[in-house]
Amino acid sequence: MSLTTTDSRAFPLQPARGRRRTRTGVGSRPGFLAYGLLVATLLGFAYPLWWSVVVASGTNATRGETLPLIPGGNFWANAAQAMDAIPFWLALWNSFVISSIIALSVVTFSTLAGYAFAKLRFKGRDGLMIFVIGTMAIPTQLGIIPLFILMRQFGWTGELGAVIVPSLVTAFGVFFMRQYLVDVVPDELIEAARIDGANQFRTFLNVGLPAARPAMAILGLFTFMAAWTDYLWPLIVLSPQNPTLQTALSQLQSGYYINYSVVLAGAVLATIPLLVLFIAAGRQLISGIMQGAVKG
Amino acid sequence: MSSTLKAAETAPSARPSTRPKLSLVQRLSWFDVKASPYLYISPFFILFGLLGLFPLVYTLVVSLHDWELLQGQGDFVGFENFAATLQDRFFWNSIFNTLSIFILSTVPQITVALVLAAILDHNLKGKTFWRMSVLLPYIVTPVAVALIFSNIFQEESGLANNLLGLIGVEPIEWKRETWASHVAIATMVNWRWTGYNALILLAAMQSVPRDLHESAAIDGAGGVRRFFSITIPTIRPTLIFVIITATIGGLQIFAEPRLFDVSTAGGVGGSDRQFQTTVLYLWEMAFFRQDFGRASAIAWLLFLLIVGIGLINFFISKRIASADGRALKKKTTQKKGSSA
Repeated sequence: MSLTTTDSRAFPLQPARGRRRTRTGVGSRPGFLAYGLLVATLLGFAYPLWWSVVVASGTNATRGETLPLIPGGNFWANAAQAMDAIPFWLALWNSFVISSIIALSVVTFSTLAGYAFAKLRFKGRDGLMIFVIGTMAIPTQLGIIPLFILMRQFGWTGELGAVIVPSLVTAFGVFFMRQYLVDVVPDELIEAARIDGANQFRTFLNVGLPAARPAMAILGLFTFMAAWTDYLWPLIVLSPQNPTLQTALSQLQSGYYINYSVVLAGAVLATIPLLVLFIAAGRQLISGIMQGAVKG
Repeated sequence: MSSTLKAAETAPSARPSTRPKLSLVQRLSWFDVKASPYLYISPFFILFGLLGLFPLVYTLVVSLHDWELLQGQGDFVGFENFAATLQDRFFWNSIFNTLSIFILSTVPQITVALVLAAILDHNLKGKTFWRMSVLLPYIVTPVAVALIFSNIFQEESGLANNLLGLIGVEPIEWKRETWASHVAIATMVNWRWTGYNALILLAAMQSVPRDLHESAAIDGAGGVRRFFSITIPTIRPTLIFVIITATIGGLQIFAEPRLFDVSTAGGVGGSDRQFQTTVLYLWEMAFFRQDFGRASAIAWLLFLLIVGIGLINFFISKRIASADGRALKKKTTQKKGSSA
């Protein structure tokens, strides 16, 4: 930073140009064009959702309208039909259980491993870290066939365990926690704790864990969402009688329901949980995405 | 290691009177220091090896055998499954569809995300509101997205055709025509991911030093020029990251084509497989046709394709970005030279 300031100071500014600088800088107030584009984007992003709400609360005739804007009064009737067609509450519960356990497990193991990679010294550390980074780019989802064979041998197909177990850890989680902890925890603090007689695990609990908390929350949030969103693997290992929200929702489409209002009512219903999460933790989601990027 | 060990050693030497007891403590502490890192990383490596890497490698074993869903492992057949797959016109069809949808989704997505990020990088009123509204589609799951958009792209009185009708365009057969269906599916992907990627790119843009922009503006570079010769080169690592993740995800699209039109072919990607992606074909081969051997061969070929395209993307984006970067570097070194 200081280097760039001396750089610009080396160029004596002419007053006229100095004024121009403030006008063209990136931090300047944007014009109508920028706001216009943003409003257009907002409409494009929000309208398909709103359209779903409108159609879901109307009848099949609503769908025929060119640009329906006002919701009708049939939403709960349509939603009730959708809930009758699929085991909605069971699916919701299953998704919640699966996503929570996966998030908890990924956060725990990633924090432990990330802390070790960031702050402890051991033989083979750098090699193993490169291995972790390398595997991040590998699409492990393509191992679904042996994974399915494995789950069937365990007799787990049809049960939630079959969805949970393959997702207990992720390479990304380890990488993310390591990147965060490497900057956040000063080495002196760890050494001080060690000198005070704390063993490694106590040091981790007293120094590493408190510092890791913000990153753990973000990792947990995104892991939860990823598990909640997953479709392919639950579709393979779970039965239609014991589905996740996503596989249940897809049954609406593949069933005999040509009633678009009912299908869309299901889609809207299934979006509500994440919408609540979005309203409650939207800022965290945004800062999570933006932090992950800076570090990644 | 050495510094922590030293720290552990200096503590006991300060109180020599209790030496025998301390040497045990010392040895314990040595073990603690040596072993705990491995203890902390082992859950990850054990679980990841068992549930991530082992299945991937074992896919190769399955692909070299006759292997049916119900009968299980059969004879060793060498590369027969690969040969059969490579001669399978449905396989190549799925590769074509995957690449077509991939390009239709990645290119507009990253372009628009860059523009959006550049706008959001301004000193906006209601910053958080705009960022949240950009992220809104991200919370709709792919299955829900597929349900919503398969309705929007319904031939008869779907929203898309209704809107096109307003400007006098004849209804498009979104679910029957190859290109139209690819555009529709790419639209779902773009809708969900553009805002997400814009936020990632925004974060990178905010770390570009403002002085760099200012001095370029003084030199007379306009907004567009600065975007291409300052912003893009400086956010290069993030841009590569976004492109690579979009590649890995984009080549594995499943929910959207699976649910786009289930009425005609039971959800295997259209009546003529006109929008059947490779993962969808893999799923059909494994769980409809129950041929695990062939499905595993498809999985490995797709794996190679993803890694290959990932590498190509990596080198292209590196080159494009560094070509600009060199120009920038030249400029800054010149400046430094002249200021010295």
